[in-house]
Formats: sequence, structure tokens, C-alpha cells
Amino acid sequence: MPSPTSNEPIIRFDRVNKDFGDLRVLKELCFDIDPGERVTLIGPSGSGKTTILRLLMTLEHVTPVKHPDENGGVIWVEGEPYSHMKKGGKLHVANERYLRRRRQKVGMVFQQFNLFPNMRVLRNVTEAQVHTLRRSKDEAEAKARDLLELVGLSDKIDNYPNQLSGGQQQRVAIARALAMDPDILLLDEVTSALDPELVADVLAVLRDIAETTSITMLIVTHEMGFARDVSNRVMMFDQGVIVEEDTPDRIFSDPQEVRTQDFLRAVLAE
Amino acid sequence: MDWQIVIDSLPRYAEPLWVTVQVTLGSAAVALFVAFGLGLMTSSKHLIVRTPARIVVEFFRGSSVIVQLFWFAYAMPQLLGFQFDYAIMVGIMALGLNYGSYSSEVVRAAIGAVPKGQWEAATALSLSPWTRTWRVVIPQAWPEMIPSLTSFAVMLLKASALVSMVSIIDLTAMANTIGRVPGNELLVQYGFLLVVYFILAWLIWSGMRLLERRAKRGIGIGARPSKKALADGHGVQASGGAM
Repeated sequence: MPSPTSNEPIIRFDRVNKDFGDLRVLKELCFDIDPGERVTLIGPSGSGKTTILRLLMTLEHVTPVKHPDENGGVIWVEGEPYSHMKKGGKLHVANERYLRRRRQKVGMVFQQFNLFPNMRVLRNVTEAQVHTLRRSKDEAEAKARDLLELVGLSDKIDNYPNQLSGGQQQRVAIARALAMDPDILLLDEVTSALDPELVADVLAVLRDIAETTSITMLIVTHEMGFARDVSNRVMMFDQGVIVEEDTPDRIFSDPQEVRTQDFLRAVLAE
Repeated sequence: MDWQIVIDSLPRYAEPLWVTVQVTLGSAAVALFVAFGLGLMTSSKHLIVRTPARIVVEFFRGSSVIVQLFWFAYAMPQLLGFQFDYAIMVGIMALGLNYGSYSSEVVRAAIGAVPKGQWEAATALSLSPWTRTWRVVIPQAWPEMIPSLTSFAVMLLKASALVSMVSIIDLTAMANTIGRVPGNELLVQYGFLLVVYFILAWLIWSGMRLLERRAKRGIGIGARPSKKALADGHGVQASGGAM
């Protein structure tokens, strides 16, 4: 566990289990993340990294544990239960209405971009601002234009997503997530679906955001150089548990665990 | 064939043609409404929403249109003491419910074909179920539905001839009436009928093709970049592949 700070952790996994059928992907997982921290999750595929992001985005739900008040199995965000809700002083599995309210502070960028193909670039970025955050159309458009300028796509505002390259689509997706003013941004292998020559632009945008904002980031990536540059901490996963965690410098130059060493050797050899 | 006979009887076809058009368009509108209602309900993840919709769909698909027409026209007035103000409403309701049930499967399949990533992105942006359905899912499913809905619309046009069996004077009923008058040659009238139905079907095909092209442009397929983008000197970039 990370050393306690004066701040309350923004994310806390308290003995979280996640099963897919008979397979237990996460095993009594515990970790804390502090506000503003940027944490990279590494590990072989199937180690549960992406599941952690999907749980935080409420695209998956924790496997319920009996008596969560004593036994955990609960995700906490900003000091409040997140996978669960308090009812009569006890924790119960959160319902859809509760989740819809809580997840507004969490944003996600997907491997496959998932832009809405029926909307032009500008509307992709304004739609949720208007319908979820109830911003006025003018306010949403001003915000969208600023963010699209930040990601270097001011000239693509009136194009449809399928008229853009993969790298451009991913930068729109980043702008779309940021437009919601998330406290937590989840990046799920955001460069894995891109042609190699398009990766650099996307990473440059993310580096820029990491440097200029205090958004808490959880990053799943195979780009070790990027992980080293932007993250404060790296967590190595294998088979649903944290094998090792440390600062990027230490974990990349002097990994302690055999499984981390093997994994890094395999990834860097690619 | 003696087309003079047809030309002489043309004025008598004017009103029945209008009846056929009204029944077809009316029941198509009912069918579209029913198809979206039932299609969305059968797509629901909640059993309590899905089950009643499934029962309705299977009931209307599993029983004969003609029997349904007879029910609306003759059985319902006796059983419930309820009668439609206009005779053609019988045809519009029976055909609309029947074809709406069939088409609901088209709607359901098209909704199911929208990539999972689209639903996940909508969740990640906390869009309400309503916004997600009507602004994200349906606009993408709609172009996929149009070809199948076109087939159903043409089938509906041809099935509209069935209303002649419940004493509604449509094109088919009129051809029968005129054809039986000596000297008016039933074969000629029926030949004329084939041509008229074909022309009407062709009008439906053309209209739906326009609709499909427009719908596809609405999701960026075959769309030109905006005038502004062109003026700035930016053409269409290579597609990223993923949609």
C-alpha cells in the first residue's frame, strides 16, 4: 500500500473481487490513488489492468461480497462508496441511478476511440456537455473549440469521424472526455489501435495534458517510454494481484520481482 | 389487350387509387411506430419490458393477416361494441400492427448491430438512456434498417389489396367490380392492376433509396467534407478504418 498522505485518496480499491464466470480476474485487490497522481498499470494481457479501468467507468461491476461493511469488496471514489451506496448506514450494491450520478466525474478514452460516427467532430465534443452537464450550446461549443485547438484539430471541426485518421479520431476522443471536466481520466491502451506513425501525436497531446492539469490519471499502455515520462507510479499486475509497484524510474531500471523483470524484457524486446 | 377499355374506366379508378395509397401510407406509419416501440422493447435488458413485447410480436406474426382484418372489421364491433369511424381504419390498423410486428425484428437486429463500444462511450459520457437511444444508437441503426423496411413497405402495398375482402373499395376491389361488367374484360382490368401496383412499388423503392442515401450521409458515409474544410484546403484524410 502507498504511504498515507494528508489527502484522502481519490480512488480506493478495498479488497475488490471481480469474477468472469469461474475465472477470478481480480483477487481481493487493494490500492489507493492520491488526487493528481498519474498511475500506469502494466502487466501481461489478462492480468486485470483493463478490468480495473472498466470497473471505475462502471462498464463492469465488482463481484459482490457478503457484508461489505466488514469484508470490503468495495471501490471508493473521493471518499464516498462508488461501487456501493450507503443505505440505512450500510453498504449496498449501487443501483444504476446512483452510478449515473457518480460516474460523471470519471472520463475514459478507449482503444477503439468510439467516437459517435453520426455526429460531426464538434458535436461529438458538445453532445454530453449539453445533455449530461446541461451546459448551454454556446458554452459547450466554446469549450469544445478550445479543447479541439489543444489537441490540434481546429480545422476538423466540421468533419465526420470516418473522415479522420485514427490518430485524429483518438485526439477528438481525448477532447470529448476532457470536455466533461473529469477529476479522473482513464486511458485504456489509447495508442494500441493506431498505425505507428500516428502514435507520437496522441502521446504528445497526453503529455501536454499531464503537464498542465492536475487530473488524476490511470493509464494502461504498452508504451513504456510514455509511462516513464508521465506517471508518478507504476503498478505491475499479474493474475489479478499487484506484483510490484514503484516509481517509473525504479521499476524500469531496477525491477525487484522476477515476473516484472520477465515482463519488461518481453515488452522492450518487441 | 384492349387498352381503350382501361382508358374509359380510368375515372372510376381515381378514388380507389387514393384508398390504396391511404391504406398503404397509413398502415406504414402505424407499422413504423409499432416497429420502433416493439423493437426497442424487445431490445431491453429488462425481462419485464421484453416479455410483453415478445408476446405481441409473436401473436401478430403468428396469425393470419386476413383473419386479423376480419377481427377488426366484424368481430371487434360485436365483441367490444367498438367500430372505427372510417372503414379504411380497419385496414390501416390490421396491416399496421401485423407489419409493425414483423418490422420490429428489423429494428431489434439493427439496434443489436450497433457496436458495443458506442454504448460504452455513451455510458462513459453519462448520457441518459433516452439520449443514448435517440441520439447515438438509433441514428446509427437507422441506415441499416432501411433496406429491410423497404421490402416490408412494398409487401405492405401489395397486402393492402386484402382490404378489398372487408368491403373497402380499393384498386383491387374496383378492378373486380369493373371487370365483371360485360364488355369490360376482367383480364384487361387485372393487367392494368399489375402495372399500377408495380408503379406504386417503384415509387416506394425510389423514395426509400433517397432516404437511405441521406441516412448514410448522416453517419458520414459518402459525405463530403464541409465547404469550410474544403475552402481551407483540407481534403478528406485517409479513413482510420475503425468506425
